[in-house]
This record gives sequence, structure tokens and C-alpha cells, in this order.
Amino acid sequence: MRQITYVQAINEALRQLLERDRRVFLIGQGVTSPWYVGASTVGLFERFPKRVIDTPVSENGVTGVAAGAALAGLRPILVHPRMDFMYYAMDQLANHAANWHYMFGGQMNVPLTIWGIINRGGEQAAQHSQALQAVFTHIPGLKVVMPSTPYDAKGLLAASVEDGNPVVFIDDRWLYNETGDVPEELYSVPIGKGVVRREGKDVTVAATSFMVLKAMEAAAALVKEGIDVEVIDLRSLKPLDGELLFASVRKTGRLVVVDGGWKTGGIGAEISARVVETEFKYLKKPIVRVALPDAPAPASSVLEKVYYPDANTIVSAVKQLL
Amino acid sequence: MSKKPSTPDKADIPVATLRSMHLTMVRLRRFEERVAELLCGESEIKCPVHLYIGQEAVATGVCANLRQDDYVFSTHRSHGHYLAKGGDMKALMAELYGKATGCSRGRGGSMHLASPEMGLPGSSAIVAGTIPLAVGAALAFTMQEKDTVAVAFFGDGAANEGVFYESLNFASLKKLPVIFVCENNLFSTHMPVAECLADTNIYKKAEAFCMPGVRIDGNDVSEVFKTARQAVAEARAGRGPALIECMTYRWRGHVGPNYDLDKGLRTKAELDHWLAHCPIRQLEQFLLERGIMTEPGKRRIYESVDREIDESLVFAKESPCPDESELLDNVFKV
Repeated sequence: MRQITYVQAINEALRQLLERDRRVFLIGQGVTSPWYVGASTVGLFERFPKRVIDTPVSENGVTGVAAGAALAGLRPILVHPRMDFMYYAMDQLANHAANWHYMFGGQMNVPLTIWGIINRGGEQAAQHSQALQAVFTHIPGLKVVMPSTPYDAKGLLAASVEDGNPVVFIDDRWLYNETGDVPEELYSVPIGKGVVRREGKDVTVAATSFMVLKAMEAAAALVKEGIDVEVIDLRSLKPLDGELLFASVRKTGRLVVVDGGWKTGGIGAEISARVVETEFKYLKKPIVRVALPDAPAPASSVLEKVYYPDANTIVSAVKQLL
Repeated sequence: MSKKPSTPDKADIPVATLRSMHLTMVRLRRFEERVAELLCGESEIKCPVHLYIGQEAVATGVCANLRQDDYVFSTHRSHGHYLAKGGDMKALMAELYGKATGCSRGRGGSMHLASPEMGLPGSSAIVAGTIPLAVGAALAFTMQEKDTVAVAFFGDGAANEGVFYESLNFASLKKLPVIFVCENNLFSTHMPVAECLADTNIYKKAEAFCMPGVRIDGNDVSEVFKTARQAVAEARAGRGPALIECMTYRWRGHVGPNYDLDKGLRTKAELDHWLAHCPIRQLEQFLLERGIMTEPGKRRIYESVDREIDESLVFAKESPCPDESELLDNVFKV
């Protein structure tokens, strides 16, 4: 199959979604800029000048605008080029878009894709580095997806736009140059389904987004030492594919959860609790979480190196369980 | 106060419109007076209720210019906007009682009313929260090449929120068909407007965003009607948004049925001044003087409205509550 990069897959998905459905439009900061959103929107404005709307830096207002347009029958894709800026938009996301379907008894819905980009490293420090998936996963009425491959980036973006709810689609700039098989036609990957990236029998490593790549590297290193790791790509944090995860834990009895967000109250905490609630008797060892330390992101690259977990961190975590 | 003309010029408003606006205002007033009675003592209405009594001319005068497919976004003080835009009274009363037949199926309560088929996509209890939603609906109308418009109703308190300014800017920048209607009732919950805003002339905020802004007597339904008529026509014709600041007054407290005179937040003289400027009585005086309405005719209107309210109350009380098994329905659209 044809191989393209993650960022090309997003660009292609956007173009095909705009082509297919006149209700779809792209709105947010930097969508007409060649560099702001990592080349993911290159060529779109030229092709769809009325449906690619670059905006002033008014995160809350523009998020409300996108939600209002969704209420009026359109299918907006709203981009926040750094997740850090989404705190400004929390009122429109959490109080409005997320509640609207429930609060009016199911009469209205907000088919809105909120595309949040994690853009960290490079000494960007505390306000240009955040990975806020746990925050959004906490809120009823929001779905949250985190594709780790070019195939899933395209398919989950399409699924987000097709969904009748607000979906927070989170990608990571560290994935943008990864390549993979991507069909040329538009397709969707179901929201709420995880996938086993590598089968194994000794330890389950459940990971999100970029950390799936690190988990695969760790598994490749560990197999040389005779340790057989099963890697699960969660893909969708809400709804979560509990059954896939539980089945793996029943098989291995050991679980490491790897997420690129903070540890306390994070995705690892939620996954661990879910597993303990129903699969406790299968666990042979305590669950280990690999996450960011509970600290803001530093600027200094020396500190960044110890701040962000990598494949070695995962290798050590797995070894703790054996 | 505003530049109120001594004799409001109603000459170019069709008599049928004046009659219809009178009926709407009486429906709003009598409905809420009944709700206020129902709220006293051990009330079966449990949700917080913010009464619109005294402000009826604003929703009425604006909505009289709207079509069914125009959108109205509202606030925590939402009964008036809902009824004036054509929302069903029975469903409203049932919503106050938290019933399954309520306009939000008992999931919203007084602050969250919707009637999509009547162009009421919802009201929010977050101050200024629906303002960008109205701008977004207006953006959608433009992209869909429709000539519908969106109206955002909000109070003076919303002028303290950043998203208000973000919304004015975006709407003006893109020339969107949205009308911003500020109901300046002089209080942001308990705080007088002068203690909140460095400049209390809210209509002047429009100037900074290159859009028309006017302050009018929000208790004169004719003035509201004519001002909104022009703004709606401009918006429909693609000439962009406007901000209308309607000076008005809520007779009751921020929430609940009481006048709150005992709380020291306002004087009896201030309340009396506004009671004397009742929007409904002003219009009735005109209609009676011109012979458009007679005293017996007026009585019949009130009786008919009261019967409608009686029926809505029976409907609400007899309606079933939501089933406990439905608690988790509609978190997501399936």
C-alpha cells in the first residue's frame, strides 16, 4: 500500500472531508499559515477559500462560534494549534458543547471536531508543551481520540467529523513525520476501538499516541532479553475499549500504562482503576504507570530529557513487573 | 436613563403587530406572576428560577421581527425569550416542574430551555456563554447562503466577560447576520452596573468594533420593535451585526419570586419608579386611548391568557417525571 506521513494523512483527510461534504469547514488559528499547524493544512485555503477560516486569537469566542455553527447544521473542524491555548476555550467546550445534547433532552447536538495539537520539546517550556487528554476525558459529553499512526490519523479524523458529538481529536507533532500505509480513498476508523499493535504473553503495555511508538521500541528491545510484551494502542480514550484491554490483562496478568500526560489524575490512573475494578484477580503484580512527572514542562533541554519518558523508561517499568 | 420620547411613535407599526405584541407581553407577565406564586412556600418547582417580569418589552419587541427559522439564543433568565419566540407554554411549565414532557425533557430546568423547531436552540446559565454560539449560527447561515439571522440576548453582566468582546469582533470582522441585544436591567446579580463597568454605556462598546450601537428605552415595546426591525433588516441583507442596549429593570430579585427590598440592594423609590414605567401598561394606555383596545377587550385577553396558564399548570402537574432508567440517556448522540 501507498506510504505517506502522518501530517500528509491529516492533510489528505481534511481535503477529502471538505470535498465530500459542503457542511464541513475548517476554522482556527493558523489554518492558512504554511507553518503554524505543521503543514497539515497546506493547500486547503486555495482549494476551499470559503470553508477554511483563519481566526484571530480568540480561543473561547472562536470555539463558541464553531459550536454555534454546528448547532445550525454545519460540521466544523476547529483547530487549536497548541493544546495549551485550549484552557481559554474550556467554557465553550465543557459548559456548552459538551452539555448541549444532554441539557436539552437530546433535542440538539453539536457535531464538532476539536482538533488539539500537542507540540512539545525544543525548549518550549510550560505553556507550549501540554498534553491535556486527561482533562477532556473527564468531561461527560466529549469523546477523545488520539491516533498514533498515519492510517488512524486519517480514519479517526473522518470518524470525528462523521460523529454527531463534540470529539476532541488530539495529535502530537512528534508523530508528524512518521510514515505508514494509508489508503487513498476516505475511510473511517471507529471511535471507541483500541488495537493490539504487537501480541505478547508476558506484560501488557497500554499506550496512547506518540507513546505507542516508544512502547513498540521498548518491546523490540525487551524481546531480545526474552520478554514478550503485548502493546495495545488505546486510540480512543473516551469511549474506552475496555474489553480489548481487559482481555490482554487476563492473558498477561501484568500491566504498564504509558501516556504522555501528567501522572496524577491522568489517563494511567483511569486505566489502572478500570482494570482493578473488574480484573483484579488476574493481576499478578501491581500496575505501573509511565507518565510525565507532576511538574510543568521545563525549557532547558537537559531537563526536558529527564522530563519526557522514552523507550528506556518503559523497559524499566516492564522489568519491575517480572 | 435613556433618551425616551414622551409620546412613543407607534404610527408606523401595524395595529395587528401592536395587538400581537400586547398579547405576548401579557402572556410573559401573567405566566411569570403565576410562577412567582407557585414558588412561594413549599414549592413543587425546585429548580432556580430567574424571573423576567418588567423586561417583557425587550424579548417581545425583538422577536416580533423574527421568522420561525431565525435563531434566538438566551440566558439563565430565559422564559421571556422562549415564549416570545413561540416556545410552547405547556412544555415550559412542565420543564419548571422537571417533567419528561418539559421543553428540555426535565434535563434543563428554568435556565435551559430549547425548542429547535421554533428557532430556540438553547439557553445557557453561563454569563455571555451563548453570545459566540449566536455568532457561530450566523456564520453558518452565511455559509449556507440563507437569509436567516441570529439574536443573542444577554444581560449587562455579560459586558464584563471577555467572550462578549471576542464575539463582537468576530461578528463585525466577518459581517455576520447577528443582533446583540443587551438587556441592561441595571444589576449583575446583586451588583449595580456602575460597580462593574468603568463605562456603563454598553452600547458604546459597538463603536470599537465598527458596528452600529444604540441605547433605547427597553420598556417601550414600540421603540424596541422599530430598532430591532432595522437591525434585523440590515443583518438579513448582509450588512452585518448591531448592538442594541435596552434599558430596563427586573422587578423581582436576581433569582426567585421576591422583590428583595429587605436585602438593601435597592430602594423602594427606585423600584416604584420602574413599576410606574411598566412596559405593558404603557402600551395598554396607548391602545385604549386610540380605541384599538377596549377595557372589556383587555379583560378578555387577560382571562384567556390566564386560562392558557391554568392549562399549562394542569399539564405540568399531570405529566410524568423522567424515568430513573433514563438517567444516562443522551450524554452522547447515538
